[in-house]
Amino acid sequence: MKCGVVVFPGSNCDHDCYHILKHIMGWDAKWVWHKDESLDGLDLLVLPGGFSYGDYLRAGSIACFSPIMKAVSGFAGRGGRVLGICNGFQVLTEAGLLPGALMRNRSQRFLCKFQSVRVETSATPFTADCAEGEVLSLPIAHADGNFYADADTIKQMEDQDQIVLRYCNASGEVTDADNPNGSAGSIAGVVNAGKNVMGLMPHPERAADPALPGSDGRKLFDSLLAFA
Amino acid sequence: MLAKIHVTLKNGVLDPQGKAVHHALNDLGFAEVQEVSIGKYLELQLDGVSEEEAESRVRAMCDRLLANTVIESYRFNLEL
Amino acid sequence: MDPTACPEITDALLDEHNLSREEYQRIVELIGRAPNWVELGVFSAMWSEHCSYKSSKPHLMTLPTQGPRVIQGPGENAGVVDIGDGQAVVFKIESHNHPSFIEPYQGAATGVGGILRDIFTMGARPIALLNSLRFGEITHPKTRYLLNGVVSGIAGYGNCIGVPTVGGEIYFDECYNGNILVNVFSLGLVKADRIFLGNASGVGNPVIYVGSKTGRDGIHGASMASAEFDDKTEEKRPTVQVGDPFTEKLLLEACLESMKEDWIVGVQDMGAAGLTSSAFEMADRAGLGLELNIDQVPMREDGMSAYEVMLSESQERMLFVVQAGREDEALTTFRKWDLSAEVIGRVVEGDRMVISHGGRTVLDLPVKAVVEGGLAVTRPTKRPANLDDNQKLDLTKIEIPDTGKTLKHLLATPTIAHKGFVWEQYDHMVRLNTLVLPGSDAAVLRVPGTQKALAISVDCNSRYGYLDAYTGGQIASAEACRNVVCSGAEPIGVSNCLNFGNPENPEIMWQFEQAVRGLGDWCRFMDIPVVSGNVSLYNETKGEAIFPTPTIAVVGLIENADRHCTQNFKREGDRIGLIGQSLEEIGGSEYLKLVSSEIKGKPPRLDQALEKNVQALCLDWIQNGHLASAHDCAEGGLAVALAECAMSGEEMLGAKIILQSTLRPDALWFGETQSRIVVTYSPDDEAQLIAEAKKANVPFEVIGTVGGNRLQFQLNGDSVMDEAVVALNRIWTSSLEEYANRVG
Repeated sequence: MKCGVVVFPGSNCDHDCYHILKHIMGWDAKWVWHKDESLDGLDLLVLPGGFSYGDYLRAGSIACFSPIMKAVSGFAGRGGRVLGICNGFQVLTEAGLLPGALMRNRSQRFLCKFQSVRVETSATPFTADCAEGEVLSLPIAHADGNFYADADTIKQMEDQDQIVLRYCNASGEVTDADNPNGSAGSIAGVVNAGKNVMGLMPHPERAADPALPGSDGRKLFDSLLAFA
Repeated sequence: MLAKIHVTLKNGVLDPQGKAVHHALNDLGFAEVQEVSIGKYLELQLDGVSEEEAESRVRAMCDRLLANTVIESYRFNLEL
Repeated sequence: MDPTACPEITDALLDEHNLSREEYQRIVELIGRAPNWVELGVFSAMWSEHCSYKSSKPHLMTLPTQGPRVIQGPGENAGVVDIGDGQAVVFKIESHNHPSFIEPYQGAATGVGGILRDIFTMGARPIALLNSLRFGEITHPKTRYLLNGVVSGIAGYGNCIGVPTVGGEIYFDECYNGNILVNVFSLGLVKADRIFLGNASGVGNPVIYVGSKTGRDGIHGASMASAEFDDKTEEKRPTVQVGDPFTEKLLLEACLESMKEDWIVGVQDMGAAGLTSSAFEMADRAGLGLELNIDQVPMREDGMSAYEVMLSESQERMLFVVQAGREDEALTTFRKWDLSAEVIGRVVEGDRMVISHGGRTVLDLPVKAVVEGGLAVTRPTKRPANLDDNQKLDLTKIEIPDTGKTLKHLLATPTIAHKGFVWEQYDHMVRLNTLVLPGSDAAVLRVPGTQKALAISVDCNSRYGYLDAYTGGQIASAEACRNVVCSGAEPIGVSNCLNFGNPENPEIMWQFEQAVRGLGDWCRFMDIPVVSGNVSLYNETKGEAIFPTPTIAVVGLIENADRHCTQNFKREGDRIGLIGQSLEEIGGSEYLKLVSSEIKGKPPRLDQALEKNVQALCLDWIQNGHLASAHDCAEGGLAVALAECAMSGEEMLGAKIILQSTLRPDALWFGETQSRIVVTYSPDDEAQLIAEAKKANVPFEVIGTVGGNRLQFQLNGDSVMDEAVVALNRIWTSSLEEYANRVG
């Protein structure tokens, strides 16, 4: 698998994603600078977490105008797989490659902890190796993860099986108490209609190295391999 | 020319900041406060554009960057 | 008007500059004339307590700073300690107390920014942040605002730049009502042969300014940090700097990228006293002069005077000296990262700093006179008059309370309460090195690419210092070591942040001297070097000083990362043992404060030899894989330590504790005797551990068994407590969060 990790000014999970792709998954990983304009030859592109451009104005709002984003749009249009994690998810919504928007957490605070999420569909390249209804424990770390889309959009996403992950408790029940940020429908991760672009607030790359606490993030990367 | 832009959350979009401030003001005894909405205020100093041009260009700036129209609406006025 | 013209020297003017008449006379003697306005400002900053350490230096000189692992001791941006295999750790703890009291979010945020620059200017990539915070009583009207502001400021900066905040501590006490403490620690990793120092050597080499543009923020921050607060302090807001973590992230990446090249001669952060201190200190270390042109300094505001430029404390700025002829490469690298970068001068022969602005010389001073010419101050010391009185404690007046009720009250006190809602606001996992999530005795990080790990702890109980400053200093350092040992690490280096009141008060100076002596005695006894640190004096408002707070950061090395240890009970059926021995020591305890509202008595005693043996034994057991958990007994004593062991695992586990003792029961459960560690292990190992403890001459007592979901205490045959762990946990985890979320 050939994959790239985009580095925006202010990306800070770029090293982590690169480490997992290259050293844990053993894939052919390379850096993609935000001023690059080509993504030729890649199978997977990761937009990592962080604070691109300081998240000034709105999270992800300035990064979506970086030169690389034209190429990302083209890559996604040709069916290339794009995984936006945390700030990467925010960039993808700002760029219109994914529906909805990510607002300030309802607690107004940054929140970093392990959080249970339920896999809503395994019919995506990113969850092919998971069972529907499976509960994953993944780290979250964000201040702007409160997913919003209007009711019609959410209905449409549900109809097209575009909602991939929802926040839940350890036994898989989706409740308001287990919604860490106030997201509509407890939505934690979504795909586009073509199912080749995924955005999620949790950090699978933080639970994929066997030396560290947590292992469920590995399943998303294994899925990509299984699907390929 | 000075463009004064207000960006606020659209009606119907939950405003957790506004809610928190509303709650705080009520707790502090300001019972008359019925609703709080919080937004951004931006000032842009413009040069070399007519008022008409400015109108459409500021609109474009808001649509493309300054507001996320999925969740936010904006209004602005221009001062000579 | 001449911008360098100095108004008439009056007491009021000197006061504003925190200079004494004697110091002014000294300036005139040293330079052979009256200083102009810019020069006066420069002397004021450089001779401030904050920059010159004039009161503290004679005492700091007594600390042990050498050792086989030490690559760089105190005096540079940060200390450097060898961890083997060609790698080293760079670390330092620093205060940002005064700015954080005035504007908690920005004060704390820029504190984080400053300590990170200290680390990466030396060529190291920062991999961890910790902090030690002190706030006033939670009933004080400003405490909630300050707590929330400081925590979100630390989060805002650290999270954005992407360095994990992996641990720390928070205490609440009335003595901090008017002076909070924000001490921040960072550690970075570097190749031992790629360390950069703040040295302006090589005549003809260009001096390059890199980073954010200079504005009027923070002018005279160093002098502000060297004065007591008064009623007008809160009006001083405009002098507080605003942090820009995004720019610092660019600066970090640009620095580390440029440090792979061979053209950097020296580099220093523009911290306190900004361009002034970085330029003078770099020149002084090289024994050379500098010629700088202020017109070349990138400025954010129009019409800034030389005085303002020299004393601005705008954040995210660094000063580089690079090889002559390589300036274009340097400027290209920095500008690639969208940073302002300009050549602002050259290294010159001689020993003078000459600064021009608008075509005229605005400053011309001998470097050494400014950096080292300040009057050595020998502050008188005097044992506090009320100390004997404070140390008196009549235990007969204290009735023995119910154990369970008292434990629950203690778990809810803000100092002991769970701090989860705080560290959940910090990104503690970014960069994938965090082996132990926050909440155990020490933070544990792996050293990427090796089998090694590092354990870090920051610690200080200032009540002990208030009651006996020597013991306070000693215990702060011994306990930080003990925390690191409980994680399975061998302590290899210390950084200190010494927070005290006004040194012009002999009683405060006595506290300082005693605390430093206690710290030094322990470090010498253990042969652990103090490699970096910072002193924050004048933590005093209207004559009310804080308790002596020598915050100690200890870094420990774990050779085999798989053999690190955490505090929570792990397995049903494990035996629980107590290394060390409980004594009747209630003085200065959290328990005493709870039941009597007093901070009195003698603090617990530290027996250095016993402490050393306890730590050695515990470390040996962890390294040999005997222990499932280890947890230091600290505030709240044995009962709180046991409750924490039960509550802090992902799955809570109860325990049955059976003790026989002739001590007062409250001293046994809640006293804060030092040199005690609660450990758990497999019953199969029990006989061996008992024998080993005996051989090592360390008291070791089997006190119970892990299991069930209740915490049960039995003393001399009677059940004294039986509580569901989940109920204790609810109290422990909710009290501080609910407080912070309240509005008022």
